[in-house]
Amino acid sequence: MSARSRFAEGARLAAGPAAATYVLGVSFGAAAASAGWGDAAPLVFSALAFSGSAQFSLLTTLQTGSALAAVASAVLINARYLVMGVALNDSLRGGRAWRALQAQALVDASFMVAHRGGGRFDVARLMGASAPQWAAWLLGTLTGLLLRPDPSVLDRFGADVVFPAFFLLLVLDEVRSVRAAVAALGGAAIAAGLLLLTEPGYALVAATAGALVGALPGGAEPEDPAA
Amino acid sequence: MTRVWLSVLAVTLANWLLKASGPFVLGHRRLPRSARAVVSLVAPVLLSALVVVELAGSEWQSVDAAQLIGVGVAGTAWMLRAPLLVSVLLGALAAAGLRAV
Repeated sequence: MSARSRFAEGARLAAGPAAATYVLGVSFGAAAASAGWGDAAPLVFSALAFSGSAQFSLLTTLQTGSALAAVASAVLINARYLVMGVALNDSLRGGRAWRALQAQALVDASFMVAHRGGGRFDVARLMGASAPQWAAWLLGTLTGLLLRPDPSVLDRFGADVVFPAFFLLLVLDEVRSVRAAVAALGGAAIAAGLLLLTEPGYALVAATAGALVGALPGGAEPEDPAA
Repeated sequence: MTRVWLSVLAVTLANWLLKASGPFVLGHRRLPRSARAVVSLVAPVLLSALVVVELAGSEWQSVDAAQLIGVGVAGTAWMLRAPLLVSVLLGALAAAGLRAV
């Protein structure tokens, strides 16, 4: 399959998340407008950072606390990208700078769509999955800034189901071994417990410890013949 | 407004660095086999954790019956071999229907 076909496949698979991303973008734009951020800052933020969790976090905490604490909180929420970048690296090609640039396409749904199993990723599919989500996020932000809808209206149409349902179906598809099932359940349990004690971003980072199951004897994946 | 712009730029820059650090530092070097065994499980682990975080929210305050049932409908549809997008749409419709009642 050509890179173009895999890019198109990634875009097709990300259609659901892109629709949900648009709705979230509308919420972010509306909230930023209400917080007095003006039009340019939210649009630039959505275009360049392209990160719902960090953007919502900054928007919320900047209104109530110090800028330094708000920035630190938003950054820590995205610390999982550090782990995801390491996981992606073996599937990237080219020099360090080119690899770092390609990794900018990382967002949760794209990372999952691009996973081919065994820790290997399809980079063309990653790019294809991120492109419509980025456009939807930006367009959603603009819509929210212009229309300022009530967020409850969006949930009334079941928009809040799209992301968790999409992630659930992908995890059902991913879990093909006892080891993967144990790791997934471990990650879910860690996140569930830590949600009672800390912010969702930190719970997500800590949940990646569930992958340490792979370090147990017999956990090494077979060598990729294409590598 | 300066405070907002500086914060926006700081988070944006940090976000770029978080995504770029692993590939930039590792470059062509492959992870050791044992590390790859761990990294290969990051996707399913993060997926399951994201499901929990999306459904429960901070301090489990976002638990919502219609959302849970909607996700359950999507999972059931997918197990019955419905395509991914159709399953997700059925889940969203189920939640919307429950909220309309």
